[in-house]
Amino acid sequence: METPAVIVRGVTKTFGVRDVLSDLDLTVGRGEFVALLGASGSGKTTLLRILLGLETVSQGDVFVPEVRTTVFQEPRLVASMKVWRNVVIGQPRQLSSRGRAVAALREVALEGHADVWPGTLSGGEAQRVALARALVREPQLLLLDEPFAALDALTRLKMQALVADLCARHRPGVLLVTHDVEEAVLLADRVFVLKEGRISLNLEVNLPRPRRAGGEEFDALRDLLLGELGVQQPH
Amino acid sequence: MALRALLPAAIVFLWWGLTGSGVIRGVDLASPTSTWHAFTYLLMHQDLLGDIGISARRAVLGLLIGGGLGLVLGLIVGLFALAEEIFDSSLQMFRTLPYPAFIFLFIVWFGIGEKAKVILIALACLTPMYLNVSNGVRNVDRRIVEAARTFGLRGWRLVRQVVFPLALPSILNGLRFAAGISVVALVFAETIAASQGIGYLVTQAATFDNMPDLVVCIIIYAILGIGADVLVRILERVTMPWRRHLAVR
Repeated sequence: METPAVIVRGVTKTFGVRDVLSDLDLTVGRGEFVALLGASGSGKTTLLRILLGLETVSQGDVFVPEVRTTVFQEPRLVASMKVWRNVVIGQPRQLSSRGRAVAALREVALEGHADVWPGTLSGGEAQRVALARALVREPQLLLLDEPFAALDALTRLKMQALVADLCARHRPGVLLVTHDVEEAVLLADRVFVLKEGRISLNLEVNLPRPRRAGGEEFDALRDLLLGELGVQQPH
Repeated sequence: MALRALLPAAIVFLWWGLTGSGVIRGVDLASPTSTWHAFTYLLMHQDLLGDIGISARRAVLGLLIGGGLGLVLGLIVGLFALAEEIFDSSLQMFRTLPYPAFIFLFIVWFGIGEKAKVILIALACLTPMYLNVSNGVRNVDRRIVEAARTFGLRGWRLVRQVVFPLALPSILNGLRFAAGISVVALVFAETIAASQGIGYLVTQAATFDNMPDLVVCIIIYAILGIGADVLVRILERVTMPWRRHLAVR
């Protein structure tokens, strides 16, 4: 068996006196799409920031691939850089930079916006640029921190389909942090539920792709996850 | 543009009417006509352009030195918590000192030559620049900086490509304040001790009760001040094309 993209072993993270993560174990396989569900304050964003290298662990071991990148909840584009420069930000400047940026923008259907300022983009467009910025690095691990949360309902559906499609083509390991149960079932190969700093449920999702919300199996998985999160559904 | 000129034009018109009709006497305020004559005379026979050049040079030099120092200090304090700890409170204290008080000290130290004037102007320009730059750098959106870091931007490249451009609105605001104050400090420094420049003309005119010359000098100071402001506005347009869509107006 090839080595997984992410191994988290016995990780504890303490803020003050509170254990946000306690003795947590988790693996993400290569090319596997994993969703991490949890209520607010369950520590999911903290785990993601640890995997990004923005936080250190108090205890335990974390193995992540070298090339890992992220899409935040907000686009976080640099307003003073043209869109294409935002895509290749931080990479060594080369003659081929622009070409690579435009190719990545083409994947999110924004190649026509390469030379505009980020301030002129809509929320959905800006988030697609953020996605192109993540993909241009050809990551082995893609960390998504509720990237659809700030979008309107219609744009969110389109973005989810786009992300599913791009991840199927590029096959990075993906860890999607979300509190949207349907989104998790729609996109992920496997769903973890994070409760009180530990993984309380590890659920494989074997629905055929491309998926759509609804149907008996889908609803059963959704209700199971909602139950685990403490939400009772009427029958 | 036309609307902006409306009020100044009205004021000139009023000036014309009040002085021409004798409501305000010539010894209290020169009329536009006598001011114009005084202006042309100074231009032809007394090297007015030379004086303007000398005054402008003092203001620009002081602005460059003081503004430059304020920019560097502001960047360092804005970027490093340790530097803030060391410099900020002292500079804040320094800010409350009225800079005109220093002119006599500088005259004692540097004589009545150019040095004392330029240093006074530099000193006056330093604090507005420092305050705006350090504030602007500190207030750059931390989330953007964090994102840029995760995408591999570090150190000087991070400052140059992200922090500096995003702090530029504040930096140019500081420059605008500093430019305005440089003219104020110029007037003060020149009026105290000068043998050349607009301030020298002012003192001469005041001594000899030459009302038209005095008005010419005041107008020239006003134009220098407006010129500084216009220059910064142009700089804003050229250096921040990305902001045209963001700014409300």
